[in-house]
Amino acid sequence: MASKWNLIVDVEKCDNCRVCFLAVKDEYIGNDFPGYSAAQPAQGHNWLEIQRKERGRYPLVEARFMPVMCNHCDDAPCMKAAQNGAVRKREDGIVIIDPEKAKGQKQIVEACPYGAISWNEEKQIPQAWTFDAHLLDAGWTRTRAEQACPTGVFRGVKVEDEEMKRISEEEGLEVLQPELGTRPRIWYKNLHLMTHCFVGGSVVMDVDGVEECAAGAEVRVSKDGQEAGRAITDEFGEWKVDRLAPDSGRYEVEVSGKAGRHSLQFELGADSLYLGVMKLA
Amino acid sequence: MNLSVLLWGIPQAMRAVSKIYPEYAARLKERDLVAQFRLRDRPDGRWIQLKGGKIITKKGLHDNPDLTISFKNKEIAESFLTPPLDRLEQIDAAKNFKITLDGPDDLAVWFMSTLARMETVTWKSGTDMGNGVTRYTNGTNGGPIFVYVKDGKIIRTTPMDFDNEDAPSWSITAKGKTFTPPRRTSLAAHGMCQKSMVYSKNRLLYPMKRVDFDPDGNRNIQNRGKSGFERISWEEALDIVEKEIRRAKAVGPGAICVANGSHHQWGNLGHYLSAFNRFWNLIGVTKLVHNPDSWEGWYWGAMHHWGNSLRLGCPEFYGTVEDCLKEAEMIVFWSSDPDASYGFDGTERRAWAKELGIKMVHIDPYLNHTAAHLGGKWISPRPGTDAALAQALCHVWITEGLYDKEFIEKRTTGFDEWKAYILGQSDGTPKTPEWQEGETGVPARDVRALAREWGRKKTYLGAGGWGVGVGGACRGAMGAQWARMMAILGAMQGFGRPGVNFGNLQFGAPLDFNFYFPGYAEGSFSGDLQYSANSANNYQRMPHIVTMSSVKQAIPRIWFPEAIMHGKAMGYLTDVASVQGQFFPFGYPSPGHVPVEMLYKYGSASFGTMVNANRWVQMYQHENLKFVVNQSVWKEGETTYSDIILPACTVFEHWDIGEWYNVGAGYVHHMYSMNNHRVISLQHKCIEPLGESKSDYDIFLAISERLGLGAVYSEGGATELDWCKRVFESSDMAKHMSWRKFLKKGYFVVPPDPELARAPTAHRWFYEGRKKDTPEPYPLPSDYVGSFGEGLQTPSGKFEFVAQTLKRFDDPDRPPLNKYMPTYEDPKREPELAGFPLRLVSPHSRYPFHLMGDDEGSSVRDIREHRVFKDGHYYLVARISREDAEARDIKDDDLIRLWNHRGSVVCAAQVTDRLRPGTVSASTASAEYRPAGEPGKSTDLGGCVNMLNPSKAITKKSHGIRPNATLIQVEKWTGVDTWQPGEVA
Repeated sequence: MASKWNLIVDVEKCDNCRVCFLAVKDEYIGNDFPGYSAAQPAQGHNWLEIQRKERGRYPLVEARFMPVMCNHCDDAPCMKAAQNGAVRKREDGIVIIDPEKAKGQKQIVEACPYGAISWNEEKQIPQAWTFDAHLLDAGWTRTRAEQACPTGVFRGVKVEDEEMKRISEEEGLEVLQPELGTRPRIWYKNLHLMTHCFVGGSVVMDVDGVEECAAGAEVRVSKDGQEAGRAITDEFGEWKVDRLAPDSGRYEVEVSGKAGRHSLQFELGADSLYLGVMKLA
Repeated sequence: MNLSVLLWGIPQAMRAVSKIYPEYAARLKERDLVAQFRLRDRPDGRWIQLKGGKIITKKGLHDNPDLTISFKNKEIAESFLTPPLDRLEQIDAAKNFKITLDGPDDLAVWFMSTLARMETVTWKSGTDMGNGVTRYTNGTNGGPIFVYVKDGKIIRTTPMDFDNEDAPSWSITAKGKTFTPPRRTSLAAHGMCQKSMVYSKNRLLYPMKRVDFDPDGNRNIQNRGKSGFERISWEEALDIVEKEIRRAKAVGPGAICVANGSHHQWGNLGHYLSAFNRFWNLIGVTKLVHNPDSWEGWYWGAMHHWGNSLRLGCPEFYGTVEDCLKEAEMIVFWSSDPDASYGFDGTERRAWAKELGIKMVHIDPYLNHTAAHLGGKWISPRPGTDAALAQALCHVWITEGLYDKEFIEKRTTGFDEWKAYILGQSDGTPKTPEWQEGETGVPARDVRALAREWGRKKTYLGAGGWGVGVGGACRGAMGAQWARMMAILGAMQGFGRPGVNFGNLQFGAPLDFNFYFPGYAEGSFSGDLQYSANSANNYQRMPHIVTMSSVKQAIPRIWFPEAIMHGKAMGYLTDVASVQGQFFPFGYPSPGHVPVEMLYKYGSASFGTMVNANRWVQMYQHENLKFVVNQSVWKEGETTYSDIILPACTVFEHWDIGEWYNVGAGYVHHMYSMNNHRVISLQHKCIEPLGESKSDYDIFLAISERLGLGAVYSEGGATELDWCKRVFESSDMAKHMSWRKFLKKGYFVVPPDPELARAPTAHRWFYEGRKKDTPEPYPLPSDYVGSFGEGLQTPSGKFEFVAQTLKRFDDPDRPPLNKYMPTYEDPKREPELAGFPLRLVSPHSRYPFHLMGDDEGSSVRDIREHRVFKDGHYYLVARISREDAEARDIKDDDLIRLWNHRGSVVCAAQVTDRLRPGTVSASTASAEYRPAGEPGKSTDLGGCVNMLNPSKAITKKSHGIRPNATLIQVEKWTGVDTWQPGEVA
């Protein structure tokens, strides 16, 4: 079995500094790489984009960022949609949209369920990130995004599929929308930060008539009597329980601390929740 | 060496070089001339004739030379010409008239430069990467880069990866773990977009003239910014500029005013502190004096408690990365967003802190980039009220005994008075957490919890973007009050104690602070000893001719429009040498000088970066401003508010040299400690200038030659490449790498100090009552009240809770005891603000550097946290809280209008929970000004949010801005502009 390229993207490490985003533009704007890609337009094409997600509500909120690009799927819908073999799969796993053969084939853009293919209006061709195949073929060991990223978000690995399976299990990696069955070669770490919800709150207590933050209180979140998560409040009385599935319905929260207890119920919708101030009594 | 041999050798060498190097042979064909070397004390010499590239030469004197180089005598000539050339001797000979030049200036420059090129033409630069690709190096405001060039075109730029030849990296062991930085440079977004900027559709490629500007007839001043431009030749453009300079000089001293931005492209030579200042010193001009606009509150406020004038009132930072990682248990980031604009080496170090379990707290109305990335507790006070929160922390510390009593007793003065104020004994208002809640909106319980954590844990205070000042609340309406509180909080916890100091790991990496390489503010070849740090080291290290302007008139930059339109503007000095320097008033008009008639504008940033910028637009159309030149690389906001446009090239198109984030002595002294490695780069001329653009140096040289100043400006025909070598030779780097190696490799990593030789930790000397041992040459010897090196730069030598220097100056906004004052930008003080309910903060931008990188052709424009493309235009992003957005039916990406009585600006909404409700955040990041109607009097679609900010001073008697708590209203943009200046809600 041949070793193939995969890219591991760690959502937690992304700072949205946009250096990878710009590095990809730097590589492809103004440069034709015959056999790999035609030049990207000067503006408006983002072959690598960064998705932004805010979780929670003021004042308990997080901002998360996730680089997305062509997934180089092993079962790529764009290949099926292409005519004349305009999209090909290389032995090393990389998917290439041939800039010559793909001319006029707008259906290739529409075929991608991830929206990762851009339509070049001027040249009338579909275009996507090529995994920097022209550089890898010339001896580069990393993609531009990985070379430029200051926070270590990206890790390109060229291994046999069996080995990649082992890595993904060991590190808890996921792919985007696995239910589509496209078998992407871009793997995500800490993907729950984009796909799942947290719930949190601020626990307070009364000390001699003065409201104080309740540190060290135990928080238990449960659903239908089953524990869904636990937390201990910090010095500001704040707590968070993460990895709850969106729209997963009704939960109960029980808080207990030195100053007493507090419990409530909440309904989890699509977004993370800040339950506000919870007073122990 | 004997003179006749030396003179014989010159034409022989020229012949030899031209045979090997075709470009040199081509150079010789450029001009026909007879140049003569001779002695002044006897009729002896040699002439060289160039004719169609051929060299004819003869010993003796020529009847009719075009150019004569005369030496006073044989000894001087021999000393001057004998290799290796001694620069100091050469400069001495030139400036003391031991050697003189007679003949047309341009010819002299050309001939001297031709002689110098015999050497430079033999140099090889760049690394061959195969396949016709050469890898060059360069420097940007976002960090140094590799530049890959093929067929005269830049194909890619990348951060630098170090190789095995490069110096090893340092490591720090803290809490059982060892950390070593990655072997590379990191880049900010505005460093990674440079290729798109070079090839931008918005580049100025040809000299241009406004179509309805007639220098000899109707100038149509009122049409600046409205009329179009036509391409003209360099000859015509320079004719007009030369004529106008001569005309203005005849009016009197100060009639020409020059204005540069706060920053330039990276590089010691091309910087405004170098090429620009050298030229204008030779002309004599009115200067715009800059206010310390990223430091304001530190400079006008905090400095009075502890000195630090060298750092504009900010604290030192040596050794703090190591101390923080080893000792600290918590970092409080207060108005501190280091991930915003300066590369990401510090981000790496903060990741280590997170790994070590150091707790993080962020105080900012916006959950800023750093806070979002690091996590931790977020506290969001109302903009402009932070000082109340800080005073409540003091209240808890005092009432619960959570402060450093020994430090207070031994190292400070005035604490009893401060304590009485905090407890309310002197004014009847105890500054309790409950009291502050009414001002800041921050729950009292959070303040108590923070105060206790802080009082019990060894804590670093990261105050401002760099942790040691800069940006954020220091330039809020009450910026001086806030920065003073930061210094006071540090003092109450005993700054200098292990684990207790200022910083957020952005500054203070353990580098070699003794290795000399000049920063850009050291002026390279400016020769300017007054307005740069040249005299600190550079002037001794790199002999060159001093330049000095005879014109003394100066205008405070904030009120430049008032100076032009109303004829008067007064300000106060920015002085790094002393504390009391800031009390000196100066202004316009100056005695014996004349009003400004001509403006030479360098760059085009004012509409985006200057507060209440509609004033600037109006100024450009004012009849008092008779002539405006704009010399820029890109067509940006104010470029077309001019008469003549001169196209400058990018730093990729000319030679330069510089070190990553080395600004220079006295200018963010040792700023490179932000980086994990000191990296010096030769900034190769990677490609030829695009179109007819020229380097700033070559533009100034061309004007100089018309005024007979070419030989003086270029110091006898030196090119930028010659200057690069002279800068290189002046530095310690020349001891480590040969010039020819540097030409090829392009960069050098300065070896870090061995662990035992590392710079001591900031303030530890003060904490322990020792002489100052950190490697900064301040305070000046005269500023120590006791023995040299003992104590702080204050009248008492101690930290002063009640600032004595403020007792010597009467500014009602800066009482010696830093009592809490509600923000000025307040309807109670200014009734016209009553209808504006939201507070705008306009921080430094993350993606462009100020507004460099926001060019209309730049890739940065596709970043949706910066601009949003809508209806054919990229609109600047304004962040608005969910609550405020819902109340106005505003959704993500909706076009919204931010406005008040000063200005009106359309932005694209980013609805967010990361903002305290009632607050709007939009960066001062627009390089574009696009008025919907009459310029200066209508809504701007470009995104210059500074249009909304006040131009009043940060304190009554100062020269500082206060943009970060401005009252505005926000509404959906209707597409129809009805806004009028002065309109109230």
